[in-house]
This record gives sequence, structure tokens and C-alpha cells, in this order.
Amino acid sequence: MTRLTFAEAARRALAEEMRRDPLVWALGEDLVQGGIFGQYKGLAEEFGAERIVSTPISESTIMGAGLGAALCGTRPVVEMRIADFTLCAMDELVSQIAKVRYMFGGQGRAALVVRMPQGMWRNSAAQHSQCLEAWLTHIPGLVVAAPGTPADAAALLKAAIRSDDPVVLLEPKNLWTAEGEVPEEVVPAPFGVARQAARGDALTVVTWSAMVPVVEQAARESGVACDVFDLRSLWPWDEAAVIASARRTGRLLVVHEAVTVSGFGAEIVARVTESVGPLRAVERLGAPRAPVPFSPPLEEAIRITPARVIDAIRRLAGSGG
Amino acid sequence: MPGSSNETARRVAMLREMARIRAFEREAVAAMRSGEAPGVVHPSIGQEAVAVGVCANLRRADRITSTHRGHGHALAKGADARAMMLELHGRAGGSCGGKGGSMHIADFAVGMLGANGVVGAGIPIACGAAQAIRLKGEDAIVACFFGDGAVNRGPFLEGMNWAALYRLPLLFVCEDNGFAAFTRGAAVTAGGGPAVRAEACGVPATAADGEDVLAVDAVASELVARIRGGAGPQFLHAKCYRWEGHTGTDAAAYRPAEEAAAARDRDCIRRLAALLDADEVAAIEAEAAAEMATHRAAAMAAPWPGAEAAFSDVQDAGAPA
Repeated sequence: MTRLTFAEAARRALAEEMRRDPLVWALGEDLVQGGIFGQYKGLAEEFGAERIVSTPISESTIMGAGLGAALCGTRPVVEMRIADFTLCAMDELVSQIAKVRYMFGGQGRAALVVRMPQGMWRNSAAQHSQCLEAWLTHIPGLVVAAPGTPADAAALLKAAIRSDDPVVLLEPKNLWTAEGEVPEEVVPAPFGVARQAARGDALTVVTWSAMVPVVEQAARESGVACDVFDLRSLWPWDEAAVIASARRTGRLLVVHEAVTVSGFGAEIVARVTESVGPLRAVERLGAPRAPVPFSPPLEEAIRITPARVIDAIRRLAGSGG
Repeated sequence: MPGSSNETARRVAMLREMARIRAFEREAVAAMRSGEAPGVVHPSIGQEAVAVGVCANLRRADRITSTHRGHGHALAKGADARAMMLELHGRAGGSCGGKGGSMHIADFAVGMLGANGVVGAGIPIACGAAQAIRLKGEDAIVACFFGDGAVNRGPFLEGMNWAALYRLPLLFVCEDNGFAAFTRGAAVTAGGGPAVRAEACGVPATAADGEDVLAVDAVASELVARIRGGAGPQFLHAKCYRWEGHTGTDAAAYRPAEEAAAARDRDCIRRLAALLDADEVAAIEAEAAAEMATHRAAAMAAPWPGAEAAFSDVQDAGAPA
């Protein structure tokens, strides 16, 4: 094990994949300069400007060119800079990339990765802080992965690059500098397998991405014995593990940074209750249906903090008899 | 060598291909109007010279991207006409197994990377295909077909700049049939038009009479040679006229009948036929008509896809249950 930041782990994983497979290449804005979070630092020097491609600010073509390049047998890593900018390339992602294999009857595969750093970070305000995972899980054809630890930043990026499906990788902006233990040899993580971060019979807590360290801390400090699941991927997601846990605990809390309304937490709660029947207590803890504000105290007002998660854990654990 | 046997053979081959496209689309429109073929088709009748004149200069390894009005491009690139007709009828054995229909015909075996239901969407895909070809060191180019309506979409601007920036082996073919759906292109396009816009991004543009296959062939031959020689992207602006409405059921009441009649008098097939032996032309046209009638009958006799096909080729990870 080595202690690495999220960005270092992701950069190392990409470099390893590019050494392993000469058809892996990356395109996006400012990649030669290392990317805005340093996740491409040094790669242009090693792999050259034909494989680490700095592009114009042309999101539609960054995304669409990734597709064309995948259809011709390469494995592009498509960098969107931040998730919000993907909205400029939604036709290419939703109506082209996600659909080609199906509508061409299996002739072509969009074997590519779309990296979408998302969520709140340094008071970036309403157009640079959104969490869009619920939009993406709604689209047939896409795999949606959401690492919450440096080890998974590497393991899920490797899995995404090797996948023949198009994979959207939601990297939490707020965790790029977070440190964690990363194996010397990172093995690609299977999609749809959660990491169980804590064990307990009182409550099932499900989370992903930037909320992973927040929820882990809250669970430790709450004094309540919880099952805590870091989903790691949202489509597919580990229904079996969550359903088995909720059947045992009878209580389910889903925590996500995204807006609660129509968030992916709603899907989780629906699937669990369809499978298990009525639970003793259920709650979704997410953002209010408001844009992310700029000013620190305003941003703080909508942020999911460990204290808010602890409150929710204690409330759910003690409710419903 | 004017009048040489090689030249005559090339003209005969181009006439045959134009006759096949027209016969295919006559059958397609009839099948759509009768309800035998579900959905809509967008016929390119009258525009055959563009598809044929360009594709006469392409090799099998070259790729094309196409549009919603793409039957001609596919056939001219060598796509399987019988499979295409089955696809239009939604049958098993269609180019896409009946899952794409007219607007999503693809034939990867001949480098046809797909028609597209979104105007201009093939442009970024073509850019990426050209980039992959270069990365893999393939000896091939990409031809990207789009209509005059596409020049008002953002991906057009992005793609022109992108292709010029990276000096991609890419031929842009603007098939200017005068109409963006029901509206005249000129009525919604400011400035100097498609060629001026391409040149503003550094892509040299050349005009060709899109109703004269010999003119298209001559210009395409020159531009393709430049691209294969490493000159970077080129832009072919081919003016033509869409004989039918936007779709096979659009009576095109928004334009004077005399205008369409005048276009029919400039018929690209008759113009080339006038240079060839009349008996040979008649035989070629009869053969094309018979071929496509046979394909239509085969389509009507072909089985529907099994219901399980609705769930296949979505994705590997997280496939529908």
C-alpha cells in the first residue's frame, strides 16, 4: 500500500493503462498542462501530444470525437473538465454514445470513458458545482461509476478504460487532494459491487462519491452500529448487498450530495422497498432543490456535513420501533 | 484519356450506383406510404450524384458518417442493399437487426459508421474517426456528409476548427439541397454560407455542381488526393435539390411546383445517361429497379425480430434484466 491523493492515484492508473494499451489516449481541455486538478500531470511528457491531446473548448466535439475514435477501435478517455460542462455535450453523450451499439444492432461499441469531475469545491457556485448522476443513471447504455476513495479512483478508472461499455466516471472534485491507501498494483474494480465501509445491525446507510468520507466519519462518531455501503458504481449498483442489509436492519438512509428530489436515492429506496416491503424507517439526505450558492455561509447551509449525517443516523436508528 | 474504356467503365459504374439509389428510395418511399415500412424515410432522390461522386473516390478502408437522409451515402459506400431494405421494414436480418430503421443505418463492414437522426451530429464523430485513423497509423480517410441545415449548429463550427487544427484526413461534404427541413436554408443562414464558414476556420472549400456526377467526381478526386497526401481537411460544397419533401409524406407545399419540376429537368441520372449508350442505360436502370423490388419483397417476407432483441446490445454491465 502507498498513501496517495485521489489525483495521484487516478493519474498513476491512467499512466499504467496507457503503457499497457497503445490504443488508450485522452482528449480534453488543458490536458498537456496537467488538467485543472493535476490528474494528467506529466502524462504529455511521457505519451506525447498525439495521446494526451489538449483540445479547444468544444465540448460537443470532445465528446463526439471520443465516440468516432472509439468506433474506429481506439479507447479514448474523454475529459469534460467539470461535470457541468457535459451539459454542452448531452446530444453526443445521451443520443450518440449511449445509443450507437443498440441502434446499430451491435455493430459498433462506444468503448470510452467520460471523466466528469463533479460536486461542490472551493465555492464554485451554481454552474460549477452540480451533481448530475441521476440524469445519467436514467440513460440506457451508460455505466455510471462514482469513486469515493483514492483506491477506487484508480480501480474504477482502470475498469472504465477496459470496459467495452461507455462509462461515465464521476470524480468528486472535493476529494482530489484527499489521501488514502492505494495498493501497489491496482486491480480494476468490478462495476456493481459496493464496498462495505462499516458493519452494524441498527441501520443501513448507502452513499457514494464525495459523501463517502463524510458518511464514514459520521457513522464512526454517531455511536450507532450501521452497515455503511460505498456503492462505487450507480449503474449497475449493488442491489443485492443493500437489499440484504436493509432486510436485516429494517432501516435505510441514503446520503448524496445531489438534489434529493428525483435523485438516485429515490431509485435506491424504491428498489429496496419493492424487494423488502415497508421498512421501519427510510430517509434520503441530499441537497435542497436549490442551485448551489457562492458565498461560504450560503454554501454551508446546503452542504451535507458529518453533523447532519449523525443527526439522521440517530434519528433513523431510534425511530419506527 | 477522354473516351477511354476506363473512363466509360467509371461512368457506367456511377450510373449504376445512382440508379440503384434511386430505385431503392422509390421502393422505400412507396413502402412507407403504404404502411409496409413503419416510421418515416427521408429520401435523397435527385441528390444521388453527391453520394456517388464522392464515394467513387473512397476505398473500403475509408470511413463515412452520414445523415438522416443517408440511404444514398450507405449504398454508394457499398452497404448491403437487401439488409438496408429489411432494416427499413424493421425486420430480422436488417442492417441493424431492425433496431435502427432508416435514420440509423450503419454498415461497419464497409466503413459506414452510421446515419444519424440529429443534424450535424456526424461531424464530431467524423473528427474522432479521423483522429483514431491517424493514431493507429491506418492508410485511410474519412468523408463526412451533412446538409446545409447543419451549418447553423455548433458542432459544425467546432468540427471545422478541430479538423483544421489537427490537420485531420477528413473530407467534409456539404450536400446543399436548399432546404433545412421545411425552411429554405438561405432564409435561416446569415453571411456567406457553408463554404465561407469552413474557410473562416481554415478548411479550404471547393464548389461542385451537385447535380452533375462528373463534376462531383472530379472535385472529390482532387480533394481526396490532397487529403491522402497529408494536406489536411477539405470541404466540398455541392449544391443540389431535394426532389421530394423532407420526408416521404411531406408534399413540400412550401415551394413552387415549377421549381421542383425544373430540378427534375436537371436530373443527375439523365445528364450522365446522355453520355452513355442508351440501351446499356436502360438495362442498368431495369436491373436496379428489379434488384430493389426483389429486396422489398424479401423484406415483406422476412421475419420480425424476436422480442428478446429489444433487450440485447444495451450494455454489458447493468444490462436490462
